[in-house]
Amino acid sequence: MGDTRLFELGPDLWEAFGQTLGTVAIALFFGVLLGTLIGLALYTTRAGGIYANRPVFVVLNFLVNFFRPIPFVIFIGAAQPLARVVVGTGFGIEAAIFALALAAGFFISRVVEQNLFSVDPGVVEAARAMGASRARVVFTVLLPEGLGPLILGYTFAFVAIVDASAIAGVVGGGGLGSFALRYGFRQFDPVVTWATVLIIVVIVQLGQLLGNVLARKVLRR
Amino acid sequence: MALVELRGVRKVFPPSKRGGESVVAIDGVDLDIEKGEIFGIVGYSGAGKSTLVRLVNALEVATEGTIVVGGTTITGLPEKDLRRARLDIGMIFQQFNLFSSRTVYHNVAYPLQVAGVPKAERHARIAELLSFVGLVDKAGHYPDQLSGGQKQRVGIARALATSPSLLLADESTSALDPETTQEVLALLRRVNEELGITIVLITHEMEVIRTIAHRVAVMEAGRIIEQGPVYEVFSAPQHPATRRFVSTLVDGTPDERTLAALRERHAGRFVTVAFRETGGGQSAVFSEFVRRGIAFELVYGGIEEIQGRTFGNLTLSLEGDPAEVDAAIAAVAAHADVQEVQ
Repeated sequence: MGDTRLFELGPDLWEAFGQTLGTVAIALFFGVLLGTLIGLALYTTRAGGIYANRPVFVVLNFLVNFFRPIPFVIFIGAAQPLARVVVGTGFGIEAAIFALALAAGFFISRVVEQNLFSVDPGVVEAARAMGASRARVVFTVLLPEGLGPLILGYTFAFVAIVDASAIAGVVGGGGLGSFALRYGFRQFDPVVTWATVLIIVVIVQLGQLLGNVLARKVLRR
Repeated sequence: MALVELRGVRKVFPPSKRGGESVVAIDGVDLDIEKGEIFGIVGYSGAGKSTLVRLVNALEVATEGTIVVGGTTITGLPEKDLRRARLDIGMIFQQFNLFSSRTVYHNVAYPLQVAGVPKAERHARIAELLSFVGLVDKAGHYPDQLSGGQKQRVGIARALATSPSLLLADESTSALDPETTQEVLALLRRVNEELGITIVLITHEMEVIRTIAHRVAVMEAGRIIEQGPVYEVFSAPQHPATRRFVSTLVDGTPDERTLAALRERHAGRFVTVAFRETGGGQSAVFSEFVRRGIAFELVYGGIEEIQGRTFGNLTLSLEGDPAEVDAAIAAVAAHADVQEVQ
């Protein structure tokens, strides 16, 4: 314990903590946006859905199946060319956030699609019978009725994003993952490593708690 | 002109998987539903009745034929016009299909929002509807806080919100217990009588038809095999499937097992007499037996009523001089349908 550098690294740890929080928050925001859109598209264009459209479904389904299983440590590098186009650079925290948001989008799209299956198709039918347009059904029935499970799904995705954000260091994205690798693992300083672990655990626990509370509030249970 | 007219309507579902066979759900249906009536459609599950009712508000699109509701041809109508047409057609469901994320108040508000009714007007209308179905005190409750009967009453209030001229009821009481069923049926009758709304009622329960329908159609394999005023169809069913349905309500002739058990206890000749409102009375039949000194006993059957009109089948065991029994059976045949049970 005596030869740990944890205390002199305090400011660096604080900065890494901020980077991780920022990275995760922005990636989660865009990931939820992108994932919800693709997830809704998957759900509604499927056979029997309100926008049933086989070609669209097949293409989307293929894209999600293609990108989603790529390990993030590879994906983040593979996304570099696209990151240069979209955020102007293939390195640093911007590139890391971009890759993370994109990967989260594909991941969340499946989570959203699956959670929408919990919505009783009967309520969609009822809304249609009342003369509601398809777009209205999506935004006033499908999403509100599925909101509880969706929040739990987003929480699940949040934990996965925190996990993946540790790899941001590959493109120089910083954050707690890089910090633990650089000052803990490579410097043989387990106290630093475990301090980082502890912080990540706290972030995940708090996020999960918030998600559970929100979902419970929405589901009134 | 009838409120709802179906002409040569067919619905074919494409195969669910490649190489499968397409399913003919509705196979050439012609139907007229008159304004102001409660029209029952009865059939076993898979007969096509749920599909048929969904063709009327185009939740399912007819493959062939024309459907006209209140002068508007539903078949081939563009989506935008169809949405307007649906405001005039309410629908209630077996599983109620209430929005679980909305309160009772906001469930009823939904179709009004869809119809673009201003907020103040909406509020007044919702209050009126909740009072009609007797749920004013539940306005702030969520569906999962309600009983089945209350849920269906919300469903009815919601379906009536835009003052439709037609209400489609798809197995609307099938998930309810007998007592609650009667409550909901009584409410539907009020909808029909007080608000003048035409109701098309899909069910597999003859009791429901008997209680509130004016006319009935019996469906089997996508076709309407028999239709007419409820009393006529029930008291003189023509088709075997109709007879099976009617037998759930009134006993016809005893089956073999029952007959064997009855024979052990009764020595006489068995005849089943079908009593109908028309064609002579029960007293004429019974006095015929009495006059000829025949001892008779009722061994099986029952009497039902529909809107105060009675009908039923009674199986009697007749004991007496064989010639007198023959003569009595022949004489009774003039007053009622009589059939010797072998």
